[in-house]
Amino acid sequence: MSKTLIRGAKVLGGEPQDVLIDGGTVAEVGTGLSAEGAQVVEAGGKVLLPGLVDLHTHLREPGREDSETVLTGTRAAASGGYTNVFAMANTFPVADTAGVVEQVWRLGKESGYCDVQPIGAVTVGLEGSKLAELGAMHESAAGVTVFSDDGKCVHDAVIMRRALEYVKAFDGVVAQHAQEPRLTEGAQMNEGVVSAELGLGGWPAVAEESVIARDVLLAEHVGSRVHICHLSTAGSVEIVRWAKSRGIDVTAEVTPHHLLLTDELVRSYNPVYKVNPPLRTERDVTALREALADGTIDIVATDHAPHPHEDKDCEWAAAAMGMVGLETALSVVQETMVDTGLLDWAGVADRMSFKPAQIGRATGHGRPVSAGEPANLTLVDTAYRGQVDPAGFASRSRNTPYEGRELPGRVTHTWLRGKATLVDGKLT
Amino acid sequence: MQRHLISAADLTRDDAVLILDTAEEMARVADRPIKKLPTLRGRTVVNLFFEDSTRTRISFEAAEKRLSADVINFTAKGSSVSKGESLKDTAQTLEAMGVDAVVIRHSASGAPYRLATSGWIDAAVVNAGDGTHQHPTQALLDAFTMRRRLVGRDAGLGKDLDGRRITLVGDILHSRVARSNVDLLHTLGAEVTLVAPPTLLPVGVETWPCEVSYDLDSTLSKSDAVMLLRVQRERMNAAFFPTEREYSRRYGLDGDRMAKMPGHAIVMHPGPMVRGMEITAEVADSDRCTVVEQVTNGVSIRMAVLYLLLGGNEPAVAHARPTEEK
Ligand SMILES: [Zn+2]
Repeated sequence: MSKTLIRGAKVLGGEPQDVLIDGGTVAEVGTGLSAEGAQVVEAGGKVLLPGLVDLHTHLREPGREDSETVLTGTRAAASGGYTNVFAMANTFPVADTAGVVEQVWRLGKESGYCDVQPIGAVTVGLEGSKLAELGAMHESAAGVTVFSDDGKCVHDAVIMRRALEYVKAFDGVVAQHAQEPRLTEGAQMNEGVVSAELGLGGWPAVAEESVIARDVLLAEHVGSRVHICHLSTAGSVEIVRWAKSRGIDVTAEVTPHHLLLTDELVRSYNPVYKVNPPLRTERDVTALREALADGTIDIVATDHAPHPHEDKDCEWAAAAMGMVGLETALSVVQETMVDTGLLDWAGVADRMSFKPAQIGRATGHGRPVSAGEPANLTLVDTAYRGQVDPAGFASRSRNTPYEGRELPGRVTHTWLRGKATLVDGKLT
Repeated sequence: MQRHLISAADLTRDDAVLILDTAEEMARVADRPIKKLPTLRGRTVVNLFFEDSTRTRISFEAAEKRLSADVINFTAKGSSVSKGESLKDTAQTLEAMGVDAVVIRHSASGAPYRLATSGWIDAAVVNAGDGTHQHPTQALLDAFTMRRRLVGRDAGLGKDLDGRRITLVGDILHSRVARSNVDLLHTLGAEVTLVAPPTLLPVGVETWPCEVSYDLDSTLSKSDAVMLLRVQRERMNAAFFPTEREYSRRYGLDGDRMAKMPGHAIVMHPGPMVRGMEITAEVADSDRCTVVEQVTNGVSIRMAVLYLLLGGNEPAVAHARPTEEK
C-alpha cells in the first residue's frame, strides 16, 4: 500500500499538523508523524481541506464534447481541488433516463480524476410537462439523488409539487433553477439601471424570487426538501432566510461569480460576463456574501458552464450564457469570503465540501480530515497571488470572466482516495 | 471627436455642436446643382445592415455618395443573431478588403460596440441603430432639426439647445431613439420630459437626466418640441397597454392637443408614422410637423459625421463656401 505524509499542513486552517495517508484512507493526523515508507509532501503552512464537492457542474457530455467532456471536466475539477462533482442533466440527449445517467457515471469512474454523480432531469427532455423516471435513475448504477431541470425552471406548480413529493420515496432532492419564464422572455442581463442604459432585455430579480417563494411553500406543504440553485439576489436571500426560520427544509447555493462580479461589467458588452442568472448589483453581492457567512446560503456551487470560444466571441445577444468556474472557485471564495474576514477556512470546508456532500447524499465525500476517513483532500497555497491565465486551464473551454485578474490562493495538490490527481499544480 | 460613433452619450457638448455646425455646411451642398464634394474620394465605406431599414441605409448611402466615397452595401438579412459568427466573420472580410468605415445596423444591442472594441476590425465604426440601445445619428438629426426651427438656421451656428423643453412620447422602453435623444439633448442643455404609460418606461428611468410623466396633456403647454415615438402594434398583444384606442386616447397627438402647444412649438417623429394611433393626419400634415425635414437633415448630419470621423481637420466645405455665402 502506498503511503503519503503531508507535513506541516494547516488542517482546515488550524495549527500545522502532519497527515498520513495510507492507501485510500487517512491513517493518522498529528504532529511529528513518522515518514517511514511514505512519500513526503512538505505543506509548509498551506491549508489542507477535505476534497471539494461541487453540486452544480456542467460536463457537457454527452452531446457537447466540443465544450467539455467528462474527462476534461474532471481534470478541471481536480485542478480546482474538487474530488466530487454533480453533473447537470441538460446534456444531449438529456440525462432523463437510467441509460444516460449510467453513461455519465461510468465515464466519471473511468476518468479517475474526480468522482462524478449524475444529476437526473426532473422532467422528460427538460420540457417541464412530464416527470422523468426519477425512481429508475435513482435505482440505476448511478444512484441519482439530485434531480434538476437546470438551465430551465420547473415552472409548472403541479409538476414541481409532484416532483418534490415523489423523490421523498428515496431521499432525493429537487434542485430548482428559479426563473419565471414569462418574466424573463428576451432577458439578456439583470434588469436595472444598467440594462436600461445598454438596451439589453432585463432579467428582473422578482423572476427568481417569486419562484423561490412558491417552491419553499410547496416544499413545506408536501414536507419535502428543496434545493435552490445559484441564488443571485438580495430578495432571494430574504426568502430563504424566512423559509429556514419557519423550519422549511430548504438549502441554497451561490456561485463564486455572484459573490464577486456585478452587472456594471456588462457595460463592456463582453459576453464573458453573460450568465444565467445574470450578474446583479453591488447590493445583491453584499447580501449574498453575508448570507453565505451566516449559513442562510448553505453552499458554494460553481455552475461551471463551459462554452467554446466561438460561442462567446460574438455580439452579446448571440453569445451563449455561462462561465467556467471549477478552476477559479476556491480563489474567488478566498478573495470574497476569507480575505474579507467573513469566513474562516473551516467555514470554507463546510460550504464547499461538507454541506454540498450532505445535500447530495455523497457518501465518502465531505468527510472530516481524521483517521479512518477516505483520503479525499486538497492542499491550498493561500499566500499565493497571481493573475488568472486561462491558457493553463484543464477545462476544454476558456470562457472565464477573470482573465488577467489577480486572485489569491492556488490549489497545489488534490488526492482522490489517497491517489494524487494534482501535484504541485500539475495534473497527474 | 472619437474614432467611432457608437453612442450619443459619447459626445461632448463641443463635439455635438461641431457636428451640427458641420451639418449646416453640408446642407448648403444639397442646395447646389451638383450635390457632391470630393472629401472622401478614394475612401471605402460599407453599410453593414443586419436589420432591415431602407430609410436609414438610403440616408447614409446618399451622404457617402455626396462625399464621393466608394460605397459597399452589405445586407445580411436573417443571418444576424442565430449563430453570432456572422458579425465577426463579416468584419474580418471587410477588414481584409481595406475598408475605412463601417456603418452598422444590428438588432443586437452592443453589436457596434463589440465591432469597434473587439479587435476584429480597424475601421471607424458608425452606429446606425443597435437593438434597443442607441441610434446616435438619429438623435443628431433631431437636434439639428430642433436647432434650425427653434434657434434659427444661421443664428444657430455654434449654439446648443440650452433651456429648450423637449417632450418625447411613446414607447421609451424599446426605443433606441429615445435613449440617444435623452443623452444628446441633455448634453446640449435641453430639458427633456419622457411621457409614456408606466409599462413602456424602463426600470431605472428615474436615474436618467430627464423628467418622467404619465400624462401627456400636462406637458404640452410647456413643450418647445413634442417628439412622438413609434409604438409597435405587437406591444399591445404583450400587454404593454390594453387597446390601440386607449393608447391613442391617452398618448396620441391630435389637433386638440396640438392646439395646447405654444405657437412656435414643433411636432417631430422619427418615422415611419402610424397615422391614427400615434398621430392624426391633421397633425402629421400640418406645417408644425417636421417629419420631412428630419429626413433631409439626416443626410446632412450623416455627411458631417462621416466627414469628421474620416476626413481631415480642415473645414469640410471651406473651398466651396465663398460662393455659397451671401
Ligand atoms: Zn441554472
